[in-house]
Amino acid sequence: MTTLFEHSRPGAGSRAQIPAPPDETTDFAAQQLRARPPLLPDVSELEAVRHYTWLSRLNFSIDTHFYPLGSCTMKYNPRICHELASLPEMLSRHPLAPESHSQGYLACLFELQEILATVTGMAGVSLTPMAGAQGEFAGVAMIRAYHDARGDHGRREIIIPDAAHGTNPATATMCGYSVREVPTTATGDVDLVALQAAVGPQTAGLMLTNPSTLGVFEHNILRIRDLVHNAGGLLYYDGANLNAVLGKVRPGDMGFDVIHMNLHKTFSTPHGGGGPGAGPVGVTQRLLPYLPLPMVGCRGGHYHWLDVRDRPHSIGRLSANMGNSGVLLRAYVYARMLGAAGMQRVAEFATLNANYLMARLRAKGFEVAYPTRRASHEFIVTLKDLKARTGVTAMDVAKRLLDKGFHAPTTYFPLLVPECLLIEPTETESKTTLDAFAEALAEIADEARTQPDLVKNAPHAMPVRRLDDTKAARELDLVWNSQRRDQSQP
Amino acid sequence: MPFIPHTGQDVRDMLDAIGVKSIEQLFDEIPADIPRPELAALPPALSEMEVSRLMRSRARDVTPLLSFVGAGAYEHHIPAAVWQIVARGEIYSAYTPYQAEASQGTLQILYEYQTMMASLTGMDASNASLYDGASALAEAVLMAVRAAKRSRRVLMPSTVNPVYRSVVRNIVQHQQIEIIELDYDSVLGATAPAALATHQDSECAALVVPQPNYFGGVEDVDRLTDWAHAKGTLVIGLVNPTAMALLKPPGAWGTHGADIAVGEGQPLGVPLASGGPYFGFLTCKQALVRQMPARIVGGTVDIDGRPGFTLTLQAREQHIRRSKATSNICTNQGLAVSAATIYMAIMGPGGLRNVALHCHQNLRQLRTHLTNAGIRPRFTAPCFHESAFDLGASPNKVVDAVLASGIHVGVDLAPDYPELNGTLLMCTTETKSKQDIERVAQALTDALRPNT
Repeated sequence: MTTLFEHSRPGAGSRAQIPAPPDETTDFAAQQLRARPPLLPDVSELEAVRHYTWLSRLNFSIDTHFYPLGSCTMKYNPRICHELASLPEMLSRHPLAPESHSQGYLACLFELQEILATVTGMAGVSLTPMAGAQGEFAGVAMIRAYHDARGDHGRREIIIPDAAHGTNPATATMCGYSVREVPTTATGDVDLVALQAAVGPQTAGLMLTNPSTLGVFEHNILRIRDLVHNAGGLLYYDGANLNAVLGKVRPGDMGFDVIHMNLHKTFSTPHGGGGPGAGPVGVTQRLLPYLPLPMVGCRGGHYHWLDVRDRPHSIGRLSANMGNSGVLLRAYVYARMLGAAGMQRVAEFATLNANYLMARLRAKGFEVAYPTRRASHEFIVTLKDLKARTGVTAMDVAKRLLDKGFHAPTTYFPLLVPECLLIEPTETESKTTLDAFAEALAEIADEARTQPDLVKNAPHAMPVRRLDDTKAARELDLVWNSQRRDQSQP
Repeated sequence: MPFIPHTGQDVRDMLDAIGVKSIEQLFDEIPADIPRPELAALPPALSEMEVSRLMRSRARDVTPLLSFVGAGAYEHHIPAAVWQIVARGEIYSAYTPYQAEASQGTLQILYEYQTMMASLTGMDASNASLYDGASALAEAVLMAVRAAKRSRRVLMPSTVNPVYRSVVRNIVQHQQIEIIELDYDSVLGATAPAALATHQDSECAALVVPQPNYFGGVEDVDRLTDWAHAKGTLVIGLVNPTAMALLKPPGAWGTHGADIAVGEGQPLGVPLASGGPYFGFLTCKQALVRQMPARIVGGTVDIDGRPGFTLTLQAREQHIRRSKATSNICTNQGLAVSAATIYMAIMGPGGLRNVALHCHQNLRQLRTHLTNAGIRPRFTAPCFHESAFDLGASPNKVVDAVLASGIHVGVDLAPDYPELNGTLLMCTTETKSKQDIERVAQALTDALRPNT
């Protein structure tokens, strides 16, 4: 894996992009200046283009491969969303450009706030959080602001089911709460007896993903709502799995007080190799004053920013500007193309695909984790029997899937199910693709029985074979330097 | 159906395979007593052509301006190749590289990014990026407090971008961290030595040092760094990455160098785009590597001994540590960081330095023109590409007057610094021509002339 630094030759730089050598006089004293140039590669434009094009081809992506990564909603990212968010006027607008010269941009954001509030059943939405985890932070910070404003300072605990994403407890800690975990029943619902014992005057709120990370819709959601509300707590909806129920049933109607949405999942904005995302938050009436800023308001047909003068109780700003603005524009274009029927169709076909793939895999002898339940938009297969019989693990199967041209499902999450694959096909995949994937998994199960080493040593067809993660963590190599790289060359 | 590939026959076959009569039946575990939504308020679906027409008309309602506004977001030329490569589906539509063997492209780009960023800031290591500059500063504060252990007080000069200061407070406020603001010298426009003296004997986890600061001026980074280190306080450098091609990087400040460097990565190949997506960078000394938040990519070898890349030090992260994680962050700004990596590769060390010098020369030119017209710099500290000017009049009115000629002239400092009434913050990057600079100087002069 040659890095671009190894192609670097002093003087090879790309002249067309570099401004002519300027006057070297500066206002700075010598000791304020940089002594040595930074380690940036000195290469031609072509060398840079060829290098990064080559690197891109080492990736799996939605555009090239089926990507059934559970809880990540890897659906097709329509090209038009990128094109329209990249119109020159939108790209060149400075974040501090005056409202009078920005009405078209503000109109998109205002309407997106309204669309998201309507489809989730919330009274208001702030678009500013820059990722799901920041949306969670905003949501829990609002819960805290609400209790604090009421002088209700004894609420020190956030309740979180053990099936939750790790971000939930990490967020509660960042907001100064301690975390109480509640267990899950054998059929995948929150354990109500344990929840009843856990709620009390110390409860600030409960964070719940519904459908849960186990891929099932919480049967007792209304009883959970009552238990938490009666104890004086608030309900937080982690929108990681909103794609499963979009437009079919709304978090607001389930009794949630505050939610975050992952626009990079449900609203199809690109994942970009791990970001940027966008995690807008929505709230019911009683939490409206606390929404993070900035937001967009509309007065007499004129769009304007809402700031702290309009919202004195806001939890404030979480980013320098309007969050991941370009992601918001992409989500807006997508939402406008779907309309109400299109949004419901998303949930319907995501659910159809998941249940179909689950049925196909069961027919091929795979064990699903919650066989008495419908799948939501995702479901869990457990390979614990395969491991017991052949020694082949979920990780091995995941790596072997790469050889067969499929990105692996999420492995070893949720933590509750041993040797699990969390599989989320999304609505944009065809039956043909799902059939081919089921076929590939069945082949691998056969291989595990007949030639287990083939699976245990997978992948074989990737640019590299299985990587040594332990060495990576023990002998940290986080930046390139010429000596270190020379030693590692075979 | 838009984005859904199923034929009628597919749907019938799939329902049969599941053993249900309708798609609706698949939702039968949702309790019937939850009301079903009324979505009539949603706007109707649009075709690709219709939504294009709508967005192009919206774009016409965003008026391009000749802009001299910086204040945290900077207009630079972006080589055409940068976003054409980043928009390739293999980069654009990939996810977090959890399956390293199928993500070597993304991982190697991040590794090259970490190398470039660590070197640009003079540090040993870098993470794979954070959300933006403001939230990166908050994460740096949390990191410094974790590392310092003895104290939860952080010294924050008031020459740090006011929005950043507010974001830091909003993010760290629930963790018993005390942010103490330091006054600036009203002549110099940089952190006042007297402001430090007050805290000489109190234990502090970290001192933030902006370079250049919000007024565009350079701080006495060597003295500030040595002062902090002498009392066992960590130094967080908050820096503009373009300036780092010209100015001394945090790793070289004072006797031992700053401990952590952070900042807004947008100037490195990311368009202004109304404020995002940008990315925050965070680099640090070797000793603090394990305190870094968010994703980190490391080199390793595969079972055949071939070099490759993988996410590393994941034991710090929320999906493993849950409530004890270093941060709840579980993403980076991959797309924007890929753009920055390609930008830095195309510019190279000499190119980035030329950009920085052009920015600085343009500011010198602007200052000459304005000084000739009687508009003087408010402060005396040397400035990189942004500077505060004393208008002697309400900037608000001036900004509006100049807007009429299609120029956004700068930022009024008074709302955040009431004592700087009549002061305008202006920025010039390499994108401004000699004519642009003459034009803005003339427009400002006209707007300030009596009777206009």
